[in-house]
Formats: sequence, structure tokens, C-alpha cells
Amino acid sequence: MPAFLFWIFALVMLGFGAAVVINRNPIASALSLVICFMGLSALFMSLDAFFIGIIQVLVYAGAVMVLFLFIIMLLDLRVETRRKTNVIAVVGGSAVALAFFIQVYLVVGQLSAAKQPFPPLSSPKMDDVHSVGLLLFSNYNLPFQIIGVLVLVATIGVIVLSKRELR
Amino acid sequence: MSSALPWYVLLLPLFAAVVIVLLTKSFRGLSSFISIAAVLGSFACSCLIFVTPNIRSLELTWIDFPPLLYVPLGLILDDLSKTMLVLVTGIGALIHIYSLGYMKDDAGKSRYFASLSFFMFSMLGIVLADNFVMMFIFWELVGVSSYLLIGHWFEREAAAEAAKKAFITNRIGDFGFMLGILMAWTATGSVVFQEMAQQLDRITGYPEYLTVAALLIFCGAVGKSAQFPLHVWLPDAMEGPTPISALIHAATMVAAGVYMLVRVGFLIQAAPQALSIIAWIGTITAVMAALIATQQNDIKRILAYSTLSQLGYMVMAVGLASGAAAMFHLFTHAFFKALLFLGAGSIIVMLHHEQNIWKMGGLAGRLGITFLTFMVGTLALIGFPPFSGFFSKDAILALAYEKNQAIFWLALFTAFLTAFYMLRLVVVVFFGKPRSDHARAGREAPWVMITPLIVLAIPACASGFGFVAKFFHMTSENEAGWLVPGLAFAATLAGITLAILLYRRRDSDPIDFALFQNRFYFDEIYSFLISATQGVLASISAFVDRWILDVGFVRGASGATWGFGSLLRLLQVGNLQAYAFLFGLGIVGLIYFTLFR
Amino acid sequence: MVTLGHYLIVSGLLFTIGFAGVLLRRNIIIIFMSLELMLNAANLSLVAFSRFRLNPAGIPSYNAQVFVFFIITVAAAEVAVGLAIIVALYRARQTTHVEDVSSLKF
Repeated sequence: MPAFLFWIFALVMLGFGAAVVINRNPIASALSLVICFMGLSALFMSLDAFFIGIIQVLVYAGAVMVLFLFIIMLLDLRVETRRKTNVIAVVGGSAVALAFFIQVYLVVGQLSAAKQPFPPLSSPKMDDVHSVGLLLFSNYNLPFQIIGVLVLVATIGVIVLSKRELR
Repeated sequence: MSSALPWYVLLLPLFAAVVIVLLTKSFRGLSSFISIAAVLGSFACSCLIFVTPNIRSLELTWIDFPPLLYVPLGLILDDLSKTMLVLVTGIGALIHIYSLGYMKDDAGKSRYFASLSFFMFSMLGIVLADNFVMMFIFWELVGVSSYLLIGHWFEREAAAEAAKKAFITNRIGDFGFMLGILMAWTATGSVVFQEMAQQLDRITGYPEYLTVAALLIFCGAVGKSAQFPLHVWLPDAMEGPTPISALIHAATMVAAGVYMLVRVGFLIQAAPQALSIIAWIGTITAVMAALIATQQNDIKRILAYSTLSQLGYMVMAVGLASGAAAMFHLFTHAFFKALLFLGAGSIIVMLHHEQNIWKMGGLAGRLGITFLTFMVGTLALIGFPPFSGFFSKDAILALAYEKNQAIFWLALFTAFLTAFYMLRLVVVVFFGKPRSDHARAGREAPWVMITPLIVLAIPACASGFGFVAKFFHMTSENEAGWLVPGLAFAATLAGITLAILLYRRRDSDPIDFALFQNRFYFDEIYSFLISATQGVLASISAFVDRWILDVGFVRGASGATWGFGSLLRLLQVGNLQAYAFLFGLGIVGLIYFTLFR
Repeated sequence: MVTLGHYLIVSGLLFTIGFAGVLLRRNIIIIFMSLELMLNAANLSLVAFSRFRLNPAGIPSYNAQVFVFFIITVAAAEVAVGLAIIVALYRARQTTHVEDVSSLKF
């Protein structure tokens, strides 16, 4: 993919990701997160991971963020009232995050593979849905089934947790 | 010729003691018979050995670690030990017979005779031992027997305390003794006396070492023979039955110290500084004991201090490098001191256990034979010619005159004092009017107690004479002519006169000298020292326990845990983001330490 | 030219933004959304590596993409449960401010 597209989508993703963190209004944060996921999905596509890209949009942007928005609206969250900022906490948190990023940067800088371009694929059209599905149902069948059970458990858990006390 | 006779001498009393303890404890008469038979058997064997020239005993090997240590169980039979054998078994036999009468009604008679036989065994072991280790073992056994016998009437607190005191004081001396033995063994490579004598030239080049070793060995004699400063046990040991005082604390056990010194004379005489210290300690003991005796009121205690004084003479003789003179005096002293004690015993028993001389009096007529034999003993003790004590004491005084004038004058002064306090005793006890009902009712003792007195009086008279002196290899040199014997006789007469003048027809003591009466306050000083030391040690221990162990370790450990826990508790803030922050910090740190180092 | 390193740096940056959000925001819904950002950053890394590593036939190894599939599923389940908890918390405490729920303080 042309480099400029990568940069555009990367910037979109990062920018709206930052917006999630910075915004005071929870709805604005949630919607920024949706755009961020879109950008991310575009990046996935740029890596020839089409299945994952679509799944990202469908599941994350479509389901998860909708859920978030429902909850925000259920709880009727307004703009967060400002409280006294704890300067030390802010400085500390920023420092740790920054330190982490610096470490990642340094590590990646030393990775020799990171400087190489992506090797060409055997054909420009990859049937990755088929391949992923095959892997999913053969090699990783057990985790797949377990994931199914996990989702079931989550469902039941959510129902139990949301029940109001019966008077 | 090699013979098993010496082993019989040694083992018969042991056999008797074992039989009495295991089998005949409840048959008191039988026990006493067994014990007396054993000691008479030992005496017979000793006499046989005495008359046999060139007799050697079989030797058994006990410990053999070449080339370090060789300890045989051997019995040495030279003139010295043969004479001591006859002395010990003879006097022992007489005292056994005397005890039949003295302990007639005692409930613990079997125990008494068993301990007595055990004592004979131990004492004969010391006499016969041919090496230091064996001698030390029997040395300790004699200490045990002494403890058992002093504490025979253990229900009396005074007797139990006295027994403990004797044993502990002995142990202190024995500690030095053991160190001395170790030093001597290290230097000469052997513990057998004859081998040590041969190897002695290996260390004569190190006089300080020899001096220290000799003095440490002398410590054993200081303890056992009750020299200054370990003399405090002997007067208290009079709490035991009088035959015991006679046997152990007059004739035999206390003489063991002197015997040992003579036996290892080769070692001691190689160290002149040690010799002079030994002589002075003997002299100090002699003078001090004589001074104390002039103010004592218990008949046995006077005799006990007299023993101390005479032992001082013997040790003085050893220190003046004449073992022969010491042994001569030991020999004569054994007879007359045993005689005196047995006489005192018969007085005590016939006066229903009254021991204070100021409650006696006028007994010369009532206890006639006792009086006569007691006089013989007294005259022998104070050195009145021609009794035995005159010759032996004279030998020592002559030696002192030649070697050390200061010691000579002190010894002469002691002779004067000896005469004084003994005549004080005689005048107060036997002459004048009876001062109590017991004294008035006193009658002569039974024949079983009188006979040993008479038998002992004979050597008390006669053992000084020529042939005995010759036997002890004393050349009767008259270098000092008649000066020394003359001075000695004059001192004796002066003492006798002073005593008679002061104490005739008195009812109480005209002189009251607290320092002598209270025995120079030695017991008080020692008990103060011991309690002070213990106080210091106890306070140190208390300090360590309270501050170092309790506060430092126990409370410190718990306090440290508590404090650390309090510190850790501060991390639980309940704030989600604080925890997340710490997570992040941990991850950053982890990555740093794994990837960047 | 875009290399693997670019993707990795971008992923790292996204992760950092999400981490900063977890540490700095005090509204619990926002914290949860930042958590999602972190998960997605990891997904991006995985997919980048999956594309980078080709087997000899020139086909990417899809194991990483299966992993990403699982991550997405689990994240979805986690969001559901987490939001249910947040709703229960809101019903109990009437607040979504994270500093108000610190009763486990020593």
C-alpha cells in the first residue's frame, strides 16, 4: 500500500485514540474510539489481513462500542466534573507511559528485521478467510470451543450481574 | 621377683567395700567384721612386702597410645612406698578396731565401714601408684571417700556443709594439680614417675616452665594437705566421726599431699624458685595454724589446727629440699596425731559427745589410761625429748637453720606455740575441777577403744630413735651441734611453762584474741569473695539476658517484623490507578532489567 | 517505504496512549475504553508480524491472525462483563469516579 495511505490511517488512529483519552465527554470519547477502530481496521487491510480487518469493524466498532454507548446512555453520564488534579499522579503516570514508549522504541530500533520491507506475497489476492478458518477449526479447535464456552459464561455472568435485587 | 601381693593389699579393702554395699548393708555387725578383716589382711600383706627385698609387682597396661601416652596400672614398691604401706594399713587397722567401739550404736555402721574400706583402697592406691594418671585417679577417690566420711551424719547440716566444703576445696587444688601433670607430661613425654625422672634433663633448660609445673603440682598438695590458702576445709572436717578425723585428717589422707611431693621430688627439686615458695607456704601455714589453735575451744578443732601446723612443717621440709625429713616427720606425726585424736574421741564419747574443753576438767583421774596415752601423744607432738616428735621436728629445724634463717626462727616460734596450746588443752581438760555434769560423770572407755590407744603410744614414744632415723637415710650430722636441739627444747619448755601459768585453775579463757578465735576471718573473706564474684557474674548475665537477648533478639525480631509490616501496609491504598501505576512501573523496570542490561 | 518497524512503533504508540489513559483518567468508562485501545495495539503488532513472516510458499503464517481472532472475542466478552459490573457499581454507589471506590484502603 502506498506509504502515504499508511500514514494517513496511522494518524487517524493515533489522533482519535488520543482524543479518547483527552475528551471530557464520554460520548465523544466513545465515538472517537469508533473512528480509531476504523483507522485500525484500515491498517489491518493494508497488511493483507482482510478477515481480521472486517472482524475488527463488525465486532469492535459494531458490537463493543455500541454496548459502550448503551451503557453510557443508561448511566446517563454527563460531562465529567473536574476535580482537583493530583499533580504527582499525573506526572507519575505520564512518566511511566513515556518510559514504556521509549523502551519500545529502543527495542524496535535494535530489531534488524524491523528495518526490512515486507516480503512480497505469492499472489496479490490471498484467501485468508479460508486459511484462518481452516486453522481455526483444525489446529486451534480446542481453544475455539473453549472460547465458545467463555462467551456463554460471559453471557450468563452479565445477566446475573445486572439483575436488580428482588424485593 | 614379681608378685601379686601388692595387688592383694590394694584390692582387699575394695572387695570389702563392694561386698558391704551390695550384700551386707543390713547386717551391721557382719559389715564391720568384713571391713576389719580386709584391712588386717592388707596389713599382713604389707608387712610381708616390707620384709621382702627386691619385690616388684605385676604391671597391667591400661592406656597405650604410642608415642603419646602410656598409662600402666602398676604398683611401685620402693622404700618410700613400703613404709607408707605399713603405716597406712597399720594405723588403718587400729582405727577400724577403735571404730567398733566408737560407732557401736550408730545406725549407719555398714555405710561407715564400707566408706572406710573404700578410703583404704583409695589411699593405698595413691601410695602404690607408679604414674601420675593412676595417682590422680586415686587422689580424686580419696577426696570422694573423705566427702562420704565427713558427711557420715549427713542429717546434720553442719556435717553436710563441711563435706561439701572439703570436696570443693580439694577440687580447686586438684585443678592446679591436673594442669601441673599435663605440663609435666608434655615436657617429658611420659606420666610414669621413673621415666619422667630420666627424661627430666629435657626441660631443665627451661626454668620458668619447670617452676610453673612444679607449683601447679604443688597446688594438689595445697588442697589435699590443707595448706594456706586452701586450709579452710580441715577444721570443718571435724564434723565427721572422730576415728575418721584420726585416720583421714591426721594420719593418712592429709599426708598424701606430702607423700606426693616426695614422690615427685625429682621434679620439684629441679625448680629452686618453686622450692622456696613451697617452703614459705609451709611456714605460713604452720605459724598461722598455731596462732589460731591457741584460741580455740573445741578439742577436735585444736587438734585439727595442730595437724595443719605439723603439715606446714612437712611442707616446709619439702621446700627445703629434704623429702626424707618430711617423710620422717610424717611418719612420727601419723602415730602421735592418731593417738591424740583417738584419745580425744574416747573423751568425747565418754562425756556424751561434749566437745568444749571449758566443759571438761579433772579428767586425769577419771579417764586414767586415756590421760596417760594422751600425755604421751602431747609430749611427742611438742617435741619433748626423747619422744619421737623431738627427733623428727629437730631434723626439720636443723634443715631450716642451715638453709633459711628466717624460716628457722618462725619454725621455732611455732614450736613454742605448739607447746603452749597443747599444754593449754591438757591443763584445761585433764586438770582442775570438772566444769560440767558430763565431766563429773566421765568414766574410762571400753577396752576396744583403749587398746588402739595403747598400741599407738608405743611408736609415738619409740619411733624417733636411731634405727628409724637411719632407716630414713638421715645421717645424724651434728654440724650445728647442740644449738638447734637446745633452742627447740628451750622453746618447748617456755611454752609449757606459760601454758601452765596462764591456765591453772581457770574456769574460762583469760585471753580473748578475736583474730585468732575467728580463724583470721578466712571463711568470711572467702564467702565474701565468692558471693561478690557470683554477684558480678549474675549481673552480667542478667544484663545480657535482659538487654541483648530480650530486647535485641526477641523484641528486635518481632519489632522488625511489625515495622516492616507497617511499611508494606502503606502500599494498600485502595486506589485503582495507583495499583495500575505500580504495575506499569514494574513492567518498565522488568523490561529495563531484562533487555537493557 | 513502510517497514515492519513503522507498524511496531505505531502499535507501541497506541499502547502508550491507552496506558496513559488508564493511569490519568478518573472516569471508569474512559479507563475501560483505554483498556480496549491497549488490546488493539497488541492486535496490530500481531498482525504486522503475521504479514512479515512468510512460509517458503510465500503465504503469511496465519497463526497470529487466529490469535488476534481470539483476542477480539475475549475482549468482547470482557467488555460485556466489565460493563455489567460497572452498572452494578453505579447502582450501588451512584458514581463512576474511580477515586470514590477505594474502601479497600488500609
